[in-house]
Amino acid sequence: MIPIDLIQRTAETLMDKAAIEIPQDYLDGLQAAANVEDGDLSSFVLEAMLENYKAAKEDRRAMCGDTGTPRWYVKMGNETRIEGGPIALEAALRRATANATNGVPLRPNRVHPLWRTDHDNNVGIGAPEIEYGYEPGGEWIDLITVHKGGLFGTDYRMLFPSDGIQGIKRFYLDCLVAFGKRGLACQPAIIGIGLGGCKDTCMVLGKRAACLRVVGSRNSDPRIAELELELKELGNSIGMGAMGFVGKSMVIDANIEVGYCHTGGMQMSVHAFCLSSRRAVARVFADGRVEYRTDPDWFTDYQRRETVEWEMPQNHEKSA
Amino acid sequence: MGNASKPRKIRLSTTPTPEALAELRLGDVVYLDGLIYTAREGVYKRALEENANIPMELPSESAANFHCSPAAAINEDGTFRLGAVTATASFRFTKWIGDWMARSGAKLIIGKGGMSAKDYKEHFVPNGAIYLTTVGYGTGALLGRGVKRVKAVHWNKELGLAQAMWVLEADNMGPFIVESDLAGNSLFERENAKISANLARVYEGTVPAVLKRFGETDDRSDEMIG
Repeated sequence: MIPIDLIQRTAETLMDKAAIEIPQDYLDGLQAAANVEDGDLSSFVLEAMLENYKAAKEDRRAMCGDTGTPRWYVKMGNETRIEGGPIALEAALRRATANATNGVPLRPNRVHPLWRTDHDNNVGIGAPEIEYGYEPGGEWIDLITVHKGGLFGTDYRMLFPSDGIQGIKRFYLDCLVAFGKRGLACQPAIIGIGLGGCKDTCMVLGKRAACLRVVGSRNSDPRIAELELELKELGNSIGMGAMGFVGKSMVIDANIEVGYCHTGGMQMSVHAFCLSSRRAVARVFADGRVEYRTDPDWFTDYQRRETVEWEMPQNHEKSA
Repeated sequence: MGNASKPRKIRLSTTPTPEALAELRLGDVVYLDGLIYTAREGVYKRALEENANIPMELPSESAANFHCSPAAAINEDGTFRLGAVTATASFRFTKWIGDWMARSGAKLIIGKGGMSAKDYKEHFVPNGAIYLTTVGYGTGALLGRGVKRVKAVHWNKELGLAQAMWVLEADNMGPFIVESDLAGNSLFERENAKISANLARVYEGTVPAVLKRFGETDDRSDEMIG
């Protein structure tokens, strides 16, 4: 049984880490982009961002003033038990979100869409989002917070099989060019692409591809992995860099996630996880241990399973 | 950093003289000293549509309007904790910017992404104002460091923390980049024009989607297929 107060305390720490500490994989990706960038203004911007990440850690202040819309991805093992059950878990995550908004502090971004009511704590109807995943075996809980920012960079389109790969590239470029101008997408970004599913799941896949995979990770399907690299290259060949200035750093990585879709369609969504790619992860074990990391490790073989039944791999450790 | 050359860096007052503004060139990097206030849709609506009295002497106290909501909190004793500071996209404020400039005498509009050439010609140039863009976006921690203290927060009860009018004391606060000059030229537009020249090559081989969308045609009698 995992104590609920440990979950809340861990969640508060994660809120703080996500807002302040740029994940190492993104930082390495940005540094690599900065090393090859030769646009004068783009270079200046990347250099300023690298300095900004340092300042955020030194001062323990949020890396960006727009601290995004905090949300939670929760993953549990099949044997996980939470003190107080799922209702207590959700209450703990809502409390942690509100407390950290005041504590870090974060910007209280969340308001009612019509009445603009602001509770000044990032909690309200449907906020923060809490999404769930499960893994076979295990008694742990993974708490993942993502503070994705920005109002720009995301789009959805119903494509069809006849649009093909060239149609996918076209819509991808349209999104990068449209939202990259003036830097509205806060690029260079981790671009997440959802393909297939239904309209809603396509959006979810794209968002998770951007937010729950680290820079340098590849889809387990080698042909999709190849397309990811091709799209990354294509995005960086537009001639646009940070803030929409002339440059070559638009995409830190391109991640694709797929879901089975209607036989007549090929849904596509594009998401941009910005220069402040805020994510933080902790695994809380039943014995009270907490391990912090920055890789959500969301897309396991189990999450991408295609078959009716799931057989546990031979070498799977139940306590992992 | 490749072979990039460094832009020139300039310190600027938040109540700048016309001469100081005339010195600025597109792409210059600016650091600000003096009082700066945040104002976005909430403040504009309250001041311009509801005719509330602006709780500052403008522009003598500050001629720098920041399109921003800081990551900040008000303590129980009324003091403030300010973390990161970054801008919000400015293009949404076109409908208020002319009236706001007339009312406030703002000379520096600071935000994200610039405003349109039309806004520059119609509002900025006649008022002798320029646009400074934040960098990144956003260098929230660096800008937060540049705030010596929060002088006041106005209208937080009426508008909430995110829309309130924050009055910040800037001390070498930056970096910002000069996006528009006194003649109304725009750095973003200059860069866009350069990038657009290359786009046909990047799109080569891609095909338009088989199902069109409104917006890709302005004629609403058009069908979306083909």
